[in-house]
Amino acid sequence: MNTELFGVISIFIISIILAVPVGKYIAKVFTGDKTLLDPIFNPIEKFIFKISGINSTEEMNWKQHLKALLSVNMVWFFLCFFVLLFQGSMPLNPDNNPNMTPDLAFNTAISFMVNCNLQHYSGETGVSYLSQMVLMFLQFVSAGVGMAAAAMVFTAMKERTTDKLGNFYNYFIKSCTRILLPLSALVAIALLFSGTPMTFEGKDTITTLQGDSVAVSRGPAAAFIGIKHIGTNGGGFFGANSAHPLENPTYFTNAVELWAQLIIPFAMIFALGFYLKKRRLSYVVFGVMTVGFLLLVIPTVISELNGNPAIEKMGIAQTTGAMEGKEVRFGPAISGFWSIATTVISTGSVNSMHDSSMPVSGSMQLLAMMVNAFYGGCGVGFLNFYIFIILAVFISGLMVGRTPEFLGKKIEAREVKIAAFIAILHPLLILSGTALASYFAANDTAMGYWFSGNATGWLNNPGNHGFSEMLYEYTSSAANNGSGFEGLGDNNPFWNITTGIVLLLSRFLPIIGPLAIAGLLANKKYIPESAGTLKTDTTIFGVMVFAVIAIIAALSFFPALALGPLAEYFTLK
Amino acid sequence: MKNIFSILKFTLFMVVLLAVIYPMAIFGIAQLAPNKGKGETITVNGKVVGYQKIGQKFDKSNYFWGRPSAVDYNAAGSGGSNKGPSNSDYLALVQKRIDTFLIVHPYLKKSEIPADMVTASGSGLDPNISPQAALIQIKRVAKERNLSEEKVKALVQAKINTPAVIGTATVNVLELNVALDELK
Repeated sequence: MNTELFGVISIFIISIILAVPVGKYIAKVFTGDKTLLDPIFNPIEKFIFKISGINSTEEMNWKQHLKALLSVNMVWFFLCFFVLLFQGSMPLNPDNNPNMTPDLAFNTAISFMVNCNLQHYSGETGVSYLSQMVLMFLQFVSAGVGMAAAAMVFTAMKERTTDKLGNFYNYFIKSCTRILLPLSALVAIALLFSGTPMTFEGKDTITTLQGDSVAVSRGPAAAFIGIKHIGTNGGGFFGANSAHPLENPTYFTNAVELWAQLIIPFAMIFALGFYLKKRRLSYVVFGVMTVGFLLLVIPTVISELNGNPAIEKMGIAQTTGAMEGKEVRFGPAISGFWSIATTVISTGSVNSMHDSSMPVSGSMQLLAMMVNAFYGGCGVGFLNFYIFIILAVFISGLMVGRTPEFLGKKIEAREVKIAAFIAILHPLLILSGTALASYFAANDTAMGYWFSGNATGWLNNPGNHGFSEMLYEYTSSAANNGSGFEGLGDNNPFWNITTGIVLLLSRFLPIIGPLAIAGLLANKKYIPESAGTLKTDTTIFGVMVFAVIAIIAALSFFPALALGPLAEYFTLK
Repeated sequence: MKNIFSILKFTLFMVVLLAVIYPMAIFGIAQLAPNKGKGETITVNGKVVGYQKIGQKFDKSNYFWGRPSAVDYNAAGSGGSNKGPSNSDYLALVQKRIDTFLIVHPYLKKSEIPADMVTASGSGLDPNISPQAALIQIKRVAKERNLSEEKVKALVQAKINTPAVIGTATVNVLELNVALDELK
């Protein structure tokens, strides 16, 4: 057990230490300073922009950024949707997997485009290798879009008055080629040499040692899993995601994949400090996030190590902790840690089945996605946190009776309205979705076209845990996370379409909001810091932001958590 | 309209870079990896009997058994049971597994059975069991094969992977059983 705990702590600390130089590098990339990969990628990018007729040096205002961002996403959606619909008759399909149904293709295309990667299919049987490659493309570009949006907000936070906020395409392609691509390649290579396959051959049929015949799925997995974690996407190559022994073969690869999903969210916060030359601000933000993360992760690891009380009563040895849905090579400590890492960050890859987690862990996983601002996804993690900063500045301003200011810009009614709307949107989408699904389940409604059979048929577990399954699915969609209580029967029009809509709204509105606020603020007059300015790089302000986050998340979600995992916790005692 | 056309061209080039050149580069490097990136296999007498990383079903009494699997070790798919910890059907199933295990291993005390032997893994393809899960099967396997317990025990102990600094202690069931077949 000590080697397990030591594993958890060392991976966490190494990730933080490495995030500082990576953050410095990201800041350099966004500033446009020279970097190591320039000789390779500068000519390629120049060529791409020239042929496409895109001017990557023209300065854009926030509305132009938004327009570019939304148009590229629209094109990508149709590309992916089309491939998934007709994959059965397209090349690179050695296992002869069929076309996707339109509702599943709709959900999958959106889900990968918005960096969520909710997967209502299983990789082995649901997609061809061509589709896997297209999905991998979306894993790159969705992460790149998030980082480009964050880069615009960083630029807008500079101490000056302007509406020129850099170029979307420039930020986007640099994020892809200078940051995501090299890091993904590193991870892919580490996985390759630890046993993850990278082949275009289909299933292999073998006769096992005791004489059974069994087929083994393989595929071009290593490249896919690299960007899956670096881009905080989390869409698995195989159905069991990173619990699958080929997707995550050893404790070492597990550490690499954990590092890979933590590194960019960590580094982005440090990048902010280097980019604005406000290191203290980034330390405060990182501190708040880390406190929040630890408060979620510690109870989870403890409850997984303690095991299931109901199984304890049966009198067997639970010395290795709760093992249902977990792999022996990882054990409960690192699996518990991963389950929180993957939910605070919007990765959503799993190395254990969250549906079988202990109730305390389940509620922490849910809470991590409900808050959705501790570290967060590639680029967008900071955007979510930015909303809470604006709200905290506003509330503190009111408390001391001063005009609220953030980095020399006045926060006024318009910005606060946008921030409040975005903050409320998250619980609204989660709770109304869950309410709708629970209503059908409670009445056991016959669902007709939407689901074959009655609504309780989509539940894999009875009682409170069944409610948690539905709550988790909408929370995961709204947080663009992508993990699931996978027992839920979610490949049907009801779940595909409702979560698809939640995914779209909860990806783009929380990008539009911060971009608009940052754009509006950048245009305002810069007021130099004075004795009366509320300082935002102090511990007190950090506590304030934490309080705002805790109050908004706790108030909106506590009743739902009480009905799901908390009730289950008390019945298990 | 001109705008959309630009984006289409831009997308096409990005697809080539990120979804063709990148995977091909990794595929190229894979040719240097174990078994050229097709997954490491284990061969007995020149015949592939399994993938080293993929667990397989062992239910014959002369072999060490792996963990219960929600997909019955069918590696064409993967997945866990997704049963919640308070689900009464699930708890009854675990109880049944314990009872069955005790019938086949009458020499065992209930408290000697580790949890991983009666719970399904996340992937359904877990290649490993805990050392304790291997140790408690020694007596049965030795008896079935007419081998001395000491000999089998020595084999199991040689097959336990203990972590040096970080990690968990594991036994690869397939490797153990292959070595067991070679034991005279």
